[in-house]
Amino acid sequence: MGRKHWLIFFIIFVAGIAACNKNDIAPSISFQKPTNFPEPVYRFASNTITKERFELGKKLFYDPILSANSTISCGSCHIQTSAFTHHGHIVSHGIFDRMGTRNSPPIMNLAWSTSFMWDGGIVDLDLQAIAPITNHVEMDETMENVLNKLRYSSQYPALFRKAYGSEEITTSNFLKALSQFMLLCVSNNSRYDSITRGDAGKSFTAEEQEGYNIFKQKCNACHTEPLFTDYSFHNNGLSISSVNDEGHYLITQNEADKYTFKVPSLRNLAYTAPYMHDGRLLTLDGVLNHYTDQVQQTPNLDPAFQQNTKPGLALTADEKIKLVTFLNTLNDKSFLLDKRFAE
Amino acid sequence: MKKLLIITIAAILFTACKKDKTPAYNTSIKGELSIEFDNIAGSSDLQLNTASYTNAAGENFKVTKLKYYVSNFVLTNTNGTTYTVPQDSCYFLIDESDESTHDPILRVPEGEYKTLTFTVGVDSLRNTKEISERVGVLDPAGTAADMYWGWNSGYIFLKLEGTSPAITGMGGAFMYHVGGFGGYSSATPNNLKVITLDLTARGTAKVKQTKSANIHLMVDVLKIINGSVNISFATTDMIHSIAPGVPLANNYASMFTHDHTEN
Repeated sequence: MGRKHWLIFFIIFVAGIAACNKNDIAPSISFQKPTNFPEPVYRFASNTITKERFELGKKLFYDPILSANSTISCGSCHIQTSAFTHHGHIVSHGIFDRMGTRNSPPIMNLAWSTSFMWDGGIVDLDLQAIAPITNHVEMDETMENVLNKLRYSSQYPALFRKAYGSEEITTSNFLKALSQFMLLCVSNNSRYDSITRGDAGKSFTAEEQEGYNIFKQKCNACHTEPLFTDYSFHNNGLSISSVNDEGHYLITQNEADKYTFKVPSLRNLAYTAPYMHDGRLLTLDGVLNHYTDQVQQTPNLDPAFQQNTKPGLALTADEKIKLVTFLNTLNDKSFLLDKRFAE
Repeated sequence: MKKLLIITIAAILFTACKKDKTPAYNTSIKGELSIEFDNIAGSSDLQLNTASYTNAAGENFKVTKLKYYVSNFVLTNTNGTTYTVPQDSCYFLIDESDESTHDPILRVPEGEYKTLTFTVGVDSLRNTKEISERVGVLDPAGTAADMYWGWNSGYIFLKLEGTSPAITGMGGAFMYHVGGFGGYSSATPNNLKVITLDLTARGTAKVKQTKSANIHLMVDVLKIINGSVNISFATTDMIHSIAPGVPLANNYASMFTHDHTEN
């Protein structure tokens, strides 16, 4: 073997290794429970994740064919660069610019969610997509039409065959493909995650640690680690707006649920403003000021906000700064950039 | 000799009579039993869109839509045993505008049945089943599309819609949608109603593989709005959630009566 041959051999060898490496580090299309997360609640046994089904779900997620006039996709109000929320929109505008009454929640870590929507009206991720598709102000379409449009499209029958081995487009296969896309939207690479996982050389700064301590005292009861929500419903003392959104009560019609809403996760707050079910608070400072100074004594105000003479939480200005410093460790930029989820 | 002949004839007749009274049923084979849901309004046959009726509050109205789920059929044999129709074939959507839905057919073991039990609505277990088990009349993108609350996961058990001059807005339309299976993780009112009808007075159902039977029920829509609580169209034109549907469900629990059985 001459010198030239050695060189060629070497180049091929290096290229081969590079290719291998690339394959190794490419994020896989499978659901992997983060080591610092609890067991998911979603029934994966009845919806086996495959690359083809995930890809089909992703295509559906970004396809406006789901709306009545093919203008609104799921991705219209759930934008990856905003952790799948509608950044900057207090409430979202759907079809024909009709306005909703609630702030678009992030699509993130849904495999752990015990209910969906701010009011908890949906109990199974596989049934979730029906609501925005048929909602008058969102996509204003019927499920029947959506499936028929997919059946008559030039692409979807082949994609369903690839995913399910049959061109038949059923309600179940359609909804479960969408679930696959949403289930894989796992956000677990924040600074907080790498520190609590014990990644080498990672630790909280003194200020972050102080903020974490305050968080554990004042917030963790509902915004429970590591998902930063316990999925329960509470009234956090927002004044009752002209919409008079009664929250979880609309679902249960139990007086004790009036004006309660599901506890949102505190992950990725940097990308998901504005805050609260109706997006009324534009900044994190605004949220903390609400908790210290603006909590209203409305029906079913949570007892956690009635511990002091004044309703709300007792936090000094300094504590608020530290708390925000800690909350900023929950931002996961990699989730926003993950190409698997990109349109 | 003459005496013997009489005894013999008597014995034959007696045997014949006995045979006629209790035909041999083979419980290991099944026959067809249809349940006819004959929708009426008081003493008239229900006519959608055209006929006008009057409720207990004295308000005139027309019915434009009547749909309801019936499910979980159980039949009690005259010998006391019960037969529960299997889950894969016990859900039916009765739609007044579609005659083909009015006579659900059950396959039951041969026998004589004295009691019919069924549920109005979709039971909580099926209401929380995963999507692949929601097919046929329970497909939320198919037959059930019009009978499913997407925003509050669950089937609508009964829809009664129509118009009344007593209603000033909305083109005089009323829409009563009743649902609510008790809630999945949070308790809600439960509007499931189990109906039990004794068939003995108006005819037991005698099912043979070779001879189907039909239990003919009258379903009086006036009883949805007239009952322990009389519903006024002027006061209530829209019912779209669980709690307001409670009085209607309580009322319609008594709208089913057994009229006759065709054997």
